[in-house]
Amino acid sequence: MLGLTVQQIAYIFQGAGWTIVLSLLGFVGGTIFGLPLALARSARARWLRVISSGLVQFIQGVPLPVIMFVVYFGISIGGFEVPALVAAGLAMTLYAGAYLGEIWKGCIQAVPKTQWEAAECLALTKPQRFVHVILPQALRIAIPPTVGFLVQIVKNTSYAVVINFFDLTYSAKVINNSTFKPFTVFTIAALIYFAICFPMSVMARRFERKLHRN
Amino acid sequence: MSGATHPMVRFHNLHKSYGRVEVLKGIDLEVAPGQVVALIGRSGSGKSTALRCVNGLERFQAGELHVCGHDLAAEKVDLRKLRQDVGIVFQSYNLFPHLTVEQNVTLAPRKVKGVGSAEARELAREVLAQVGLSDKVQSYPEELSGGQQQRVAIARSLAMHPRLMLFDEVTSALDPELTGEVLRAIERLASNGMTMMLVTHEMAFARSVADQVVFMHQGRVWETGPGDMLLDPQTAELRQFVGNGL
Ligand SMILES: Nc1ncnc2c1ncn2[C@@H]1O[C@H](COP(=O)(O)OP(=O)(O)OP(=O)(O)O)[C@@H](O)[C@H]1O
Ligand SMILES: [Mg+2]
Repeated sequence: MLGLTVQQIAYIFQGAGWTIVLSLLGFVGGTIFGLPLALARSARARWLRVISSGLVQFIQGVPLPVIMFVVYFGISIGGFEVPALVAAGLAMTLYAGAYLGEIWKGCIQAVPKTQWEAAECLALTKPQRFVHVILPQALRIAIPPTVGFLVQIVKNTSYAVVINFFDLTYSAKVINNSTFKPFTVFTIAALIYFAICFPMSVMARRFERKLHRN
Repeated sequence: MSGATHPMVRFHNLHKSYGRVEVLKGIDLEVAPGQVVALIGRSGSGKSTALRCVNGLERFQAGELHVCGHDLAAEKVDLRKLRQDVGIVFQSYNLFPHLTVEQNVTLAPRKVKGVGSAEARELAREVLAQVGLSDKVQSYPEELSGGQQQRVAIARSLAMHPRLMLFDEVTSALDPELTGEVLRAIERLASNGMTMMLVTHEMAFARSVADQVVFMHQGRVWETGPGDMLLDPQTAELRQFVGNGL
């Protein structure tokens, strides 16, 4: 098929599986890291805002492949041998967390101040105001940009190729090296990336429209 | 109202500044239980600020303020206790858009007072009936008119069973034909004996519903008296104010 064996195509798909795994790691890790970051960024305490904003600025100022290298070799300097998956997962966590934190901070702040005040005037505690009044509204605002960012996560996992993580980009490269059909091989890889990302873009747009209608 | 009962609200020489600008310059004012006090005055005269001091949304620099037995000049004020005694409704209704009318009304009773869900539903029915909205229990705020939303906001405050209600220009954002239904809900509350302070630009309403009208001017209580004082102002400032109001 297309001058490739079934085994070769299966190998490329195997890489795609790991792309999805790394994307999920990036999203879950990014959520765990990004949510407290979003809260710290909109906290009242100045030191929390300064530290968290410094962290975000720093991560956003470094290219993702460099983060991959730093995490991968940083851990091995400490004397630990870790699989590329762990290093890539950690790097994706830092990267996704920094961006998701910013996105969510914006969503929390997009809820009008008067909602905080109305909740306060009803004698709700601060955590109650946040959980029952602010958070549900912020979440609704957050869905479209968050799903949109998922696409960025999936695409950017391809940078893990720099630390030899076995993903779709890597498996395509391996097959190309043995078949010398770069156009065919990378077109297949491109179509698989597209097949993963396109439904998410559609979903993001649909959420966005739904939100605007309400 | 007799002076024998303890006032529910007592301002004594209250001063409040934002930075260097003094906004309230020594307010003296008492509200007796069951009394309706209307605050009127020009834009910027300090009406909202005075009202916001009463439920602790604003702190003040000097003077005394006692509200429902809470000493608001104290170092530490239990604001959550205070707000269970004092309800407030704003010009912008500030309903919670993600919750139904019933959930809007019952959120605070459930979370703050631990009211059970069956009891909460009953409570919602009761307070929504008071503002004439029994049929809107399951609606979302966006499905209601401005007047209906404002009445839900009133019901939401009432659900905490406050002893004192504050209203800050609650009809100013409404079309004239929706103003009436909100004013009638407030009138009904007043005739049921609720103590309230309300800021309003509706002079006819202030005159008819208020036991005491307070005309504020430049951060001071300039003139005060029964509703009919609006017909016979003693100060030039009030005369000029009602001249283009009534
Ligand atoms: N948060 C604030 N910071 C600084 N100044 C403020 C603040 N809130 C109000 N002021 C000022 O305090 C003064 C009194 O404002 P306030 O809102 O109490 O007036 P008001 O009588 O309610 O007017 P309006 O009829 O326009 O609502 C105004 O000069 C206003 O500019
Ligand atoms: Mg005002």
